Amino acid sequence: MLSISLRRIVQAIPTLCFIATATFLLLRLAPGGPFDQEKALAPEVKAQVEAFYGLDQPLWQQYLHYLGNLLQGELGPSYKYAGWQVERIIGQSFPVSLELGCWAFLVALAIGLPIGIAAALKNGRILDQLLMPTSALGICLPPFVLGPVLLLIFSSACGWLNPLGWHSASDRILPALTMGTFYAAFIARLMRASLLEVLQQNYITSARAKGLNPARVIGLHAVRNALHPVLAYLGPTLAGLITGSFVIESIFFVPGLGQFFVQAAFNRDYTLVMGTVLFYAVLILCFNLLVDLIQIWLNPRSRDA
Amino acid sequence: MRFHLREFVTALLWLTCTSCSEFETNVERGARTQTLYYGLGTEPATIDPHLATGLTEFNVMLALFEGLVNIDAKTGTIVPGVATSWQQSKNGLRYTFHLNPAARWSNGDPVRAEDFCFAYQRILSPQLGAPYAYMLYPIRGAKAFHTGKTNQFHTVGVQAINAQTLEIELEQATPYFLSLLTHNTWWPVHPQTILAHGRSTDRLAPWTQPENFVGNGPFRLQAWRLKHRLSVDKNPYYHGRDSVKLNGIHFLPIEQNAEERAFRADYLHLTSSVPIHRIDWYRKHLPDHMRTEPALGVYYYVFNTAKPPLDDPRVRRALAYAIDREALTQHILKAGQVPAYHFTPPNTGAYSIAAQFQYDPERARRLLAEAGYPQGQGFPEFELTYNTSEAHRTLAVAIQQMWHKELGIQIRLYNQEWKAYLATRQAKDFELLRAAWFGDYNDPYTFLSLAESDNGNNPSNWSDPRYDQWMDLAAKTLDPAERLSYFQRAESYLMEEMPFMPLYFYVTNRLIHPSLEGWYPHILDYHPYQSLSIKQL
Repeated sequence: MLSISLRRIVQAIPTLCFIATATFLLLRLAPGGPFDQEKALAPEVKAQVEAFYGLDQPLWQQYLHYLGNLLQGELGPSYKYAGWQVERIIGQSFPVSLELGCWAFLVALAIGLPIGIAAALKNGRILDQLLMPTSALGICLPPFVLGPVLLLIFSSACGWLNPLGWHSASDRILPALTMGTFYAAFIARLMRASLLEVLQQNYITSARAKGLNPARVIGLHAVRNALHPVLAYLGPTLAGLITGSFVIESIFFVPGLGQFFVQAAFNRDYTLVMGTVLFYAVLILCFNLLVDLIQIWLNPRSRDA
Repeated sequence: MRFHLREFVTALLWLTCTSCSEFETNVERGARTQTLYYGLGTEPATIDPHLATGLTEFNVMLALFEGLVNIDAKTGTIVPGVATSWQQSKNGLRYTFHLNPAARWSNGDPVRAEDFCFAYQRILSPQLGAPYAYMLYPIRGAKAFHTGKTNQFHTVGVQAINAQTLEIELEQATPYFLSLLTHNTWWPVHPQTILAHGRSTDRLAPWTQPENFVGNGPFRLQAWRLKHRLSVDKNPYYHGRDSVKLNGIHFLPIEQNAEERAFRADYLHLTSSVPIHRIDWYRKHLPDHMRTEPALGVYYYVFNTAKPPLDDPRVRRALAYAIDREALTQHILKAGQVPAYHFTPPNTGAYSIAAQFQYDPERARRLLAEAGYPQGQGFPEFELTYNTSEAHRTLAVAIQQMWHKELGIQIRLYNQEWKAYLATRQAKDFELLRAAWFGDYNDPYTFLSLAESDNGNNPSNWSDPRYDQWMDLAAKTLDPAERLSYFQRAESYLMEEMPFMPLYFYVTNRLIHPSLEGWYPHILDYHPYQSLSIKQL
C-alpha cells in the first residue's frame, strides 16, 4: 500500500505541472484581461496596475514567477477581490463545499445503492421496471430544474424549509438532495448492472447451494464484489461533489467554492482560476488514490492490475 | 448493541422538525432588532473607496464611510457630512471646508483634514492604479500628479490649514463640485490603518479585512465572508449616531432570481433588482412592494464611424429613426424604461433637452435613399455585437426585424462573453456595438464628455472639433444658463451626427418590504442609511 501511494504521489507531480502550464496558457490566450471594464481604465492607469501584478512581464517570466510562489505554497492575490489572497478565499469557501459534497454523497449512496441492489435482486419484475426508469429520470433532470421544483414543494408550498441560505442544519437538506439525486441515479444503474453480473458467478451459486443465509450471500459476497465498478465511479464523483456546484450554490445561496471557480474564469481572475484548478487537481488525484487503495483492500488481486 | 429503527426514525423526525423553517423570519427579526437585510445581487469586489468602481461596492461603502458632504435622502440636496460648513471663493476656484470636531473613525481617532489630504494623495498616486482617480481632476494639479508629470504632491491644490480646516483649489470653476464630493473617490481613509498593512499604494494590503478595517461612516465592518454575508453594526463613534436608527445591516450577495425568491420568503427587506419576468406579477399583485425609479443611465448602440456605410451620418440617422422605441420599451422590455430620443437622461443636474428626433420610418427611408441605398438596395450586411445576455439578444432581434421591415436591410447578430466583448470594444473591432453608460455624478458633462475626441471610452472613431469646443466652453463657463446652452448645442449636434444611437434610459426596479421606512428615490441611487428604519407591521 505504501509503495503504491508513494509511486502515485511521484506520478502526480508531472500531472500537476502539466495542468498548471496548460491552465496558465489557456487563460492568457482568452480574450480580455482581468482589468478590462466597461468604463475603461486610462492607458497609464492600466499600465500601472498591470505592472503591479507583473502582467507587463514576458509570459515565461510570469509563469516562472507563479511557479516559484506555488512552490512556497502561495497561490497569490485575487485580481478581482482586492485585498483577498486566493488561499483565504479557498480556505473560507471549501469547507462549505466539502460539507455539502459529503451530504450529497451520502444522499447519492443512500438512494442509489439500495435502489440498484433492489432492482438487481428483483430483476425483470415490477419493482425493477419501476426503479430503473425512475433512475433514468434522475439522470435526465438537471439540478437547475430539480432544485427549483424541490424549493417549490418544500419551501414555497409547504413552508417546511428555508428557501436559501446556509445557516441552520435544515438548510443542507434541499441542496444535498438536489446534488445527490443526479449521482444516485448513476450509482443505482451501475450497482444493478454489476450485481446482476456477480449473481451469475459460480461462487454465488456454490454459496447458495451450501445453504448459506441468503442475506449473507448477497451482503457479504455478492454486493462486496459488485462494488468495484461503483467504487471506481465514486472517486471522481466525490471529488466532483466536494468541489462545489455553481448552479446549486447560486440557487440555494450556498457560500461554496463552485461559484468562485466559474466566475473567476469570466472575470479573468488568473490567480483564482489557477488556484482553484490546482486545488481541484490535487483533490481528484487524492481521491483516485483513495479509491484504488480501497479496491486493493477489497480485492488484493487487483493490486497487480 | 441492537439498532433500534423506530427510535432512530423518531429522533430524525424530531431533529428535522426542530430545525426546520426558522420560527422568526429575517424581516421579523429585522423589525425587532432594527437590522436591515439587503440583497446586493452580486459580491462586492472591494470596500476600498479608492479601488471600487461599481454600484454594489458603493452601496456597502456608504455604510462604512462618510465624505465631506452627504445627500439628504428626501430632498436630494447637499447637506453637511464630515464638514459642517464650507465657503466658496468668489471666483469659484477655492473651497474651504470646516470639519466637525466630533467626527471620529470607528477606532475612536478624530477625523482630521490631514486624513483627506492623505486620501487624495493615495488615490492620485499613479502606483495605486485607481480606476476612478480622474474624478479628482477638477483639483488644481491633480491630473499632472496622477499622470506622472510631477511627483510633488504639494503642487496639488489640497491643503490642511489645520486639523479641522481643509482647503481645495480647483483647476477651473466646477459647478457640480459639491455633488462630486459624494462619490466614494473623495472619501477619506484612515492613514494609520493603511500604513500598518503596507505602503499606501499597495493594492494587496489587507486593511479592508474585518479584523483590520477602520472607517468613519455610520456603521463599522463586523464580518465579511465572500459569497455569504457582509455584516456591519452601528459605529459607536459616529458623530451622528443618535440619529441612526438601524443597529446593523447584513448585505447578502444573492443572485437575482434567488434574491427575488428570498424577498418573497421574508428573507430580505430590500433587493438590488427585480427579474424581468416577475415585474408584471409584482405590478399586479404586490405593487406596493416594487419601486421603479429613474436611473442615471442610457442604453445605446455605438457606430464604428470608420467603417462604411456607417461612416455616413445619413445612414446612422436613418437607422436611428427606423426604430420604434415605444414598442421596445412597452412590449419587449416592459420594466418601465423610457424611450430615448437624445443622449443625456432627462433632468440630469437640472439639464433637460427636447427630443432630437422621433420614430419616422418614412424619413428614415428618404435618408437611406439619399445615402445611395433606396429601399435598402445594395446596403451591405453588417454586424451588431453585444455581450451575452438574453435581454440584449431580445432587443437586438427586435431591432433587426424593424430594420428589415422598414429599411429592407439585413444585419447579423454576434454575442460575446463579457471580457471578450470588452476586448472587442477596446480594439474597435466592431461595426455596431451595444453599450451602456451610467453617470458618475449628476451633471450632463458625465454623459456628453463621452463623445469628446480624447475620451478613452469613445470607441466610435467619431471626433469633431466643434463638439470639443462646445464641451470646453461648457466646462469653463460660470454662468449656469450659458453652460447648459453649450450642452444643448453639443447634444443637438451629437444627435445630428449620431455616432451613438440612444435607445432607452434605464430605470431601477427593486423590491422593498413595506416595513422599511426612509427610502426615497434618487437618480444616482444614493440612499443614506442614516435615514432608514424598520417598523413593526
